[in-house]
Amino acid sequence: MIVADLNRREFARKLAGAGLSIRFGPFNLTIRSDLSSLATAAHELYAPYPVPETDAIHDFHVGVARPRSLRRWIRRQACFVVDSNRPFAPYTVEHAFPALEWGINWCVATRSHHLLMLHAAGVERGGRAILFPASPGDGKSTLCTALIHSGWRLLSDEFGLVRPEDGALLPLPRLIPLKNESIEVIRRFRPQAVFGPAFFGTRKGTVVHVQPPVDSIRRMHETARPRWLVFPRWTAGAPLSLQPMAKSEAFVMVAGNAFNYEVLDETAFRLVAEMVERCDCYALSYSDLAEAVAALDDLSPAADG
Amino acid sequence: MARGANDSRRARKLLLAALQTPETLPALPPADWELLLRVARRARVLGRIESELARAGLLDHIPPRAATHLKAARNVIQHRKTLVSWEVNRLLWALQGIDVPLILLKGTGYLMAGLPPAHGRIFADVDLLIPEQRIAEVEERLLACGWFRTHIDPYDDRYYRVWMHEIPPLRHRERGTEIDIHHRLLPRTSHFKSDPEPLFATARPLADPRLRVLAPADMVLHALAHLFLEGDPDEGLRLRDLVDVHDLLGEFARDPGFWRELVARARELGFGRLLFYGLQNAQHLLATKVPPDVLQQMERDAPSWPVRKLMARLIPLALLPEHPDHPSRRAELSRWLLYIRAHWLRMPPLLLSRHLSHKAWLRLRGAKKRIDLAQLDLKQQ
Repeated sequence: MIVADLNRREFARKLAGAGLSIRFGPFNLTIRSDLSSLATAAHELYAPYPVPETDAIHDFHVGVARPRSLRRWIRRQACFVVDSNRPFAPYTVEHAFPALEWGINWCVATRSHHLLMLHAAGVERGGRAILFPASPGDGKSTLCTALIHSGWRLLSDEFGLVRPEDGALLPLPRLIPLKNESIEVIRRFRPQAVFGPAFFGTRKGTVVHVQPPVDSIRRMHETARPRWLVFPRWTAGAPLSLQPMAKSEAFVMVAGNAFNYEVLDETAFRLVAEMVERCDCYALSYSDLAEAVAALDDLSPAADG
Repeated sequence: MARGANDSRRARKLLLAALQTPETLPALPPADWELLLRVARRARVLGRIESELARAGLLDHIPPRAATHLKAARNVIQHRKTLVSWEVNRLLWALQGIDVPLILLKGTGYLMAGLPPAHGRIFADVDLLIPEQRIAEVEERLLACGWFRTHIDPYDDRYYRVWMHEIPPLRHRERGTEIDIHHRLLPRTSHFKSDPEPLFATARPLADPRLRVLAPADMVLHALAHLFLEGDPDEGLRLRDLVDVHDLLGEFARDPGFWRELVARARELGFGRLLFYGLQNAQHLLATKVPPDVLQQMERDAPSWPVRKLMARLIPLALLPEHPDHPSRRAELSRWLLYIRAHWLRMPPLLLSRHLSHKAWLRLRGAKKRIDLAQLDLKQQ
């Protein structure tokens, strides 16, 4: 069963009642909210995601609700809720959906210490993955969105989830939040992609969510092996350059861009060392998305099939 | 409402059963696991459940999805243990040449002394007890060696220095770990006399002779003081602290003289009432084994009958989490009442009303509570 099997009414009833049960990669969630604006965006954008079996354990119980304090009568606001906690200051009610999306990522980042969590986008083709470890602002989400609309499968635009037992990458194909200029870039690059509504003036500027291609969502249980580490940098007007990179440098950048490298200690060191050992490492500098996608396609001609 | 109350009862039952009889967990149905994980996270005992299951060799016999949550908690705890041990190591390095007795308190003490509460317990900061007249010297040395005073406003600084039992926390510039330096166990303004002299006299040295921990009876009493007097209006009383007491009692009771010593020391330090509440609740909620004659003796320290009845209802409500989807007004009220009570015992009424009105004024002005992401992160485990 997938979310699209619920009609708009059933969907809203679940959301406002016992909670909508939904699966994002390795995580089962229950989402609750009685805000109707949120229900509209969520019903459309979550449509292709699977619903866990009835007796499944849910990992996170999240939601968006009105603030409890007197302020609720002064300004219309919305709080992200996890269990009964409200870890963040209220958002304006119009930003309820991005608040929910951001809160879910926060839950993953703060709770999933059974996995090594790299701060990296990832795409896969033929079982082999490219990881893009990068700091925010380096354009990994934009590049990743372009690739998954050009024949690559989305693993994640944010989390490189590595299973310590075997070093496999666990896909977490969530909506991709494009910000500011990248929104227009992707609209031009792939107009037929599924875009959500625009949220103006959020803490990160204008945000539009892009739904991953249905194939990426359907195959969210298929793990992948990292094969390339590519460190992207978008610079206006820069000519395309894809340069091999020293493994020692790549190691430092992967370890330095992880959410919980310190927490996993020796295990993290071993996992990153093995990954860097196995991968070809490149620094990518680009200004034109199509050129960048073509260059990355060329990395794996043999695997295309 | 009725459904909420039933669900909360179910949540509490699950949590207490998991703490008392972890060997029954493999038989738990998935829906119960889901609720247990939520309330155990809230009570910060996920790591404790993990360590008990690991000890019984049962981790492979629970649903894999539940096991991932326990494993995540274990990884964080292991990491915090490494950090805290290293911080103690650096502390000894920084204090080289200063001959001062360092008593490690709470989690730091359990860890360095290898006591059972250290298994599966989350560690936040390093807590130290040192003689008051040596504080300036120690603080100065630490400031010279890479620690700094965390930024707090003048009111808070005064609050610490004039009224409290510790100085404002010191944080290391690179590692970010905090050290809390205490000169007594309870605030200066507390109803309880908290002369620290006797604690230093009986403290036990660890393998490194510069480090000490409190004597067994004192350690239990400190854990109880922390439980009942350091409340938090949102969190209530910390079940985690009662679990510490339970584990310490189990360990120390192997020494036949321990119970007599504990009762005598409690009365000597004016903690008789706290010990009474502590033993009652540990026995009632965690099935802690307390010899009947000790319970009988403690009757002498019990409050009057109506207070006793009231506290017997309030304490469990404030200690145990409710169903996370049905926060109850009654539990909220209990937490709040016990918070006021804890503060009442911390400071005289006039001071208390001044302090609380200052806090209320801040809230009214909309001053942001300091949100420390690292701390939030810890609370997630």
